[in-house]
Amino acid sequence: MADVITYRDAVAEGIAREMRRDTSVVCLGEDIGVAGGVFKTTTGLHEEFGPERVWDTPISEQAIVGAAMGAAMTGMRPVVEIMFSDFLACCWDYLANEIPKVRYMTGGQVTVPLVVRTANGGGLGFGAQHSQATENWTLTVPGLKIAAPATPADVIGMLAAAIRSDDPVVFFEHKGLLATKGPPPPPDHLVELGRAAVVREGGDVTLVALASMVPLALRAADVLAGEGIDAEVVDLRCLVPLDAATVLDSLRKTSRLLTVEENPYQGGWGATVVSIVADEGFGLLDAPVRRVAGECVPLPFADVLEEQVIPTVDKVVTEVRRLAAY
Amino acid sequence: MDGAGLLACYERMAVIRRTEKAAHDLFLQGLVKGTTHLAAGQEAIAVGASAALRPDDYVFATYRGHHHALARGATPEECLAELMSRATGLCKAKGGSMHLTKAATGMLGSYAIVGSHLPMAVGAAWSARLRGTEQLAVAFFGDGATNIGAFHESLNLAAVWKLPVLFVCENNLYMEYTPIADVTAVPRPAADRAPAHGIPGEVVDGNDVVAVEEAVGRLARRARAGDGPAVLEAETYRHFGHSRADPATYRPAEEVERWLKHDPLDLARGRLAERGVGEETVAEADERARAVVERAVEAAKAAPPPDPREALTDVWADGGAAWRT
Ligand SMILES: Cc1ncc(C[n+]2csc(CCOP(=O)(O)OP(=O)(O)O)c2C)c(N)n1
Repeated sequence: MADVITYRDAVAEGIAREMRRDTSVVCLGEDIGVAGGVFKTTTGLHEEFGPERVWDTPISEQAIVGAAMGAAMTGMRPVVEIMFSDFLACCWDYLANEIPKVRYMTGGQVTVPLVVRTANGGGLGFGAQHSQATENWTLTVPGLKIAAPATPADVIGMLAAAIRSDDPVVFFEHKGLLATKGPPPPPDHLVELGRAAVVREGGDVTLVALASMVPLALRAADVLAGEGIDAEVVDLRCLVPLDAATVLDSLRKTSRLLTVEENPYQGGWGATVVSIVADEGFGLLDAPVRRVAGECVPLPFADVLEEQVIPTVDKVVTEVRRLAAY
Repeated sequence: MDGAGLLACYERMAVIRRTEKAAHDLFLQGLVKGTTHLAAGQEAIAVGASAALRPDDYVFATYRGHHHALARGATPEECLAELMSRATGLCKAKGGSMHLTKAATGMLGSYAIVGSHLPMAVGAAWSARLRGTEQLAVAFFGDGATNIGAFHESLNLAAVWKLPVLFVCENNLYMEYTPIADVTAVPRPAADRAPAHGIPGEVVDGNDVVAVEEAVGRLARRARAGDGPAVLEAETYRHFGHSRADPATYRPAEEVERWLKHDPLDLARGRLAERGVGEETVAEADERARAVVERAVEAAKAAPPPDPREALTDVWADGGAAWRT
């Protein structure tokens, strides 16, 4: 294996590793077969595993996710691709009412071990209906696990955990990260769901970020370091299970908290993090908590407009300066 | 179907009818909360289909699913205990009337979002094919479900993938309170649309358990042989209103009378006589059904309520509900 791998190739590699070790893993989605997916995140799977393991579907989001659910209930481990995360709304019944409720309402009789993968977030100029960061939609649903890796190694390690999980996992692959590169992880690399990573150590302020906001927070931390502010960056990696302990541990060092979220402020995951901190970590704080999040507007098309509504390095730096000066 | 097979079907239908009656009475006594959607009048579809299926086939039903659960191996006691919120309920009292499920016998659930389970049945059939088991999946649904997008997505996907799945529509002429004909552009809401998706659509007398068993048996053999899915539209009628709150006054009296005269149990009794099964034998089956349901009511009434701690179990596969690490 090469000494670097792209986030995009890591997706296919992560799925392939699981398909090799477990024949019950099957893939389905639009254009994922010979075409290798619109984002080329399933390249090579059809070639290696054939049409009985990698299935092209019609444009039928309800049937795709509903069928994956039925297959998961009866012994398979389907990995579904929903092309753009905005389209999760087309099969929302399955994510909100069927998959996450069936285990509970059957008194534990039925388990749904499936992964719904989807390309999330903005930055590529696809316009409002192909750019939304929607992880906060799924966050409102009890019974779904939510993964959103930021590096190629995490893509592979978290896919392994997600596919092996007996619980349903919604797996957000960030479009803005697809071309990014990193070291490929060793064979059998597994990143347990619900383990955040401290990706930069620091003593002055804690930045909690997810997916494409992680490299953004790291860039902001570099700028701040030049000003003598030492930021710690926590990559949450999963929203459910949520690793609040790592956030609270970080706050014990820094006493200051900023969440960096691409999703709209209203109902964003940062609100949950902040509420836990207010409840359980109030005494650790030396300053108010802050959230840099998307504006509550659909994502605009032009870069100059998009910059106005999603977090940028400048916005993060400005907020941290205020927090540091508090 | 021979006399013995038909007698077994008859007894099963009698058990279902009496369980439905018990559910009705228990609701009036305040022992069943929420609502129920009784299937009295529609028993022949569940029982006839089950007689044609293998024990390991998969069944998916709707909120009007008491009859399917009972036909597919759930006991009256488990079902009534579930309705009465008892710990011994089929789903530990977390499901209720609309979600009767017995996974161990292939009754993979009752779903209250109209039409939502059709893709699941397609997926179960897909899984059977991937595992090479020759199992079949059956989705039972109402006429109203045929106007849901998932119905059409399911038929198409099942057809292009040639999956062993049967779509069985219980056309009881009404969606909720609205006649299906008022909101559907074709006369046979399920069967007429099947050919548009490249699959056969048949109509059967859904109150005739023998006819249902034959039709399902034939379509099941076809599907297992690899010839793909089929739609069966079973014509039937519900004796009660849509749900508990509905006195069903919107139905013309002559229509109700005509259908009550075409009752599945009466029809089966006639067919038993044709096969030389004596009235006494039938009366014995009726008596067994009465005794089973009576005992079930008493046992369910005597069962304890669920442990309150159960509210926070069964969200995740580890049995718990913790969302933080
Ligand atoms: C998606 C959805 N829309 C509306 C409802 C409310 N509703 C419950 S039952 C029903 C009628 C369904 O009729 P049909 O499919 O014919 O089944 P039947 O009740 O006759 O068995 C409606 C509209 C629902 N449960 N789900």
